[in-house]
Amino acid sequence: MKTAPSTISRFMDRHQALVYPAPAVIALFFIVIIPIAYNLYLTFTKWTIGLGQPQFIGFGNFIELVSDERVLNGMKVMIYFSGLSLSLELVLGLLIAVYFNREFKGSEIVQAIYIFPFAATPVAVALIWRIMLNPEIGVMNYLLRSVGLPGSLWVSSPLTVIPALVMVDVWKWTPMITLIVLAGLKSLPHDPYEAARIDGANTFQIFWYITLPLIWPVLIAALMLRSLDNLKEFDMIYTITQGGPGISSETLYLYSYNVGFSFFKAGYGSALMVVVFLIVLVFNVVMNRMRLRAQDL
Amino acid sequence: MKTFKSILFYTGAVALCVPPVFVFVWMILTGLKTGVQNISYPPEFIFRPTLENYRAVFQQYNFFRYLMNSLVVAGLATGVSLVLGLPAAYSIAKYRQGKIGLLILVARMTPFVSYLLPWYIIFRHLKLIDTYTALTITHLIITLPMVIWLMVSFFEGMPEELEDAAMIDGCSRLQSFLRIVLPLVRNGIATSAIMSFIFSWNQFLFSLILSGPKTKTVPVAVYNFISYGKIDWAGIGAAATLIVLPVSVFAFFVRRTIVQGLTMGALKE
Repeated sequence: MKTAPSTISRFMDRHQALVYPAPAVIALFFIVIIPIAYNLYLTFTKWTIGLGQPQFIGFGNFIELVSDERVLNGMKVMIYFSGLSLSLELVLGLLIAVYFNREFKGSEIVQAIYIFPFAATPVAVALIWRIMLNPEIGVMNYLLRSVGLPGSLWVSSPLTVIPALVMVDVWKWTPMITLIVLAGLKSLPHDPYEAARIDGANTFQIFWYITLPLIWPVLIAALMLRSLDNLKEFDMIYTITQGGPGISSETLYLYSYNVGFSFFKAGYGSALMVVVFLIVLVFNVVMNRMRLRAQDL
Repeated sequence: MKTFKSILFYTGAVALCVPPVFVFVWMILTGLKTGVQNISYPPEFIFRPTLENYRAVFQQYNFFRYLMNSLVVAGLATGVSLVLGLPAAYSIAKYRQGKIGLLILVARMTPFVSYLLPWYIIFRHLKLIDTYTALTITHLIITLPMVIWLMVSFFEGMPEELEDAAMIDGCSRLQSFLRIVLPLVRNGIATSAIMSFIFSWNQFLFSLILSGPKTKTVPVAVYNFISYGKIDWAGIGAAATLIVLPVSVFAFFVRRTIVQGLTMGALKE
């Protein structure tokens, strides 16, 4: 291994903390920071892509946004969809993880099965769900009817479209929460459990007073990780409903896409995207506070 | 009593595995049915399977080309992400460069559409729409932060003494990074490479706008099956199976480290 170090190698050794991250930081600057800055600039302009030049209009886009009914609709849909799906994924993910948190033959198989929805291409499985959810000939209604329940209109009705989309999202992402929480549960200390059992605590008491507080930071971390994608859910909703029927499943994010790429209004679309970013940011800052507080306890 | 409990447990376990398995099975069945069988009611569970849809997907829809496009873009994005990301993650872990971590967090929080609009305008100007360059660059927005984010936790979990020992033996820092450090975190590298590949392979939004006839990737190709007026469900079943199968197999092999990586990363953030 003893070769005479070249000048370059010596320079890299001396300035490792600078040289190693530099290429990635420069790359991120070009592919991430510059587009974000350009996007911010566009928010102050009025511009239809392909027609003339951007015109500076100050806060005009943000003023327009406040009175835009589709923005209000988008926020409502976003809160409904994300609120319901995130809470279901968290609760179900936790309960299933607690269920599987024991030594049993076949735990490997469960893990293998549960990784599948996570890896599966969203557009591909969303199309399969679209087939399964067809009100007339889909297999979901067939299964409901075969146990004597009435079929549902699923994504074809404004009333059921969000719960149906939530179902698909829960299907795709609960297994990931389960696997993360399961890994967290395996690393919990044994002592509190033994003490509780000696004191005669029942299963529910053990879950509520010991497991839940101990796993809380993992749970919030999983929620933050999940929220980064969930608040910006696009592929699945776009593939299954395109925001319909009407605009009943058009989240703010989907609307910002439509403004940018269906109406080609670059300025207004950018302003909407900034709002989406702010929502994600605020949510994560609040969650992070909660997590830090939980870890301090 | 003990057997009864265990039967009860396994019944529940099987029930909890039904949803993921069912959709997977239904996808495969849809691809093996004829067009008529796919729109018959009640749905058929037992039938004579046909490979006709797979033939059609490859011959009529030219799917092999789209698979190759996806392979090229995901391969390039993953390769570049590793080359740029590994040294960066190592440095962040070693020198506690939290500010770079912040940059990565911003990259992950920003909606993809916010990148797409500027990139679309820039690529349109440079006449780079429908090129591998445009797709790879935009996919890097997802894969590079992911590789760094995952690798930082793997590097942090690595014992420092080994590296010190290598330095004493006269290795330069670069040599010890390449010959000692990287082999130590090979599990992490495999995991982040596969995660990066999966997320690039699955990427839809960037490819939807920035690809074209020449570089269309598989998610966009399968999505187009529904915009030909009549929906070809049998074709969708076959195409979806072809798209999902490779990434599922990949994920299966690194399932343990994927969970480890996600958990460690999540706990730190």
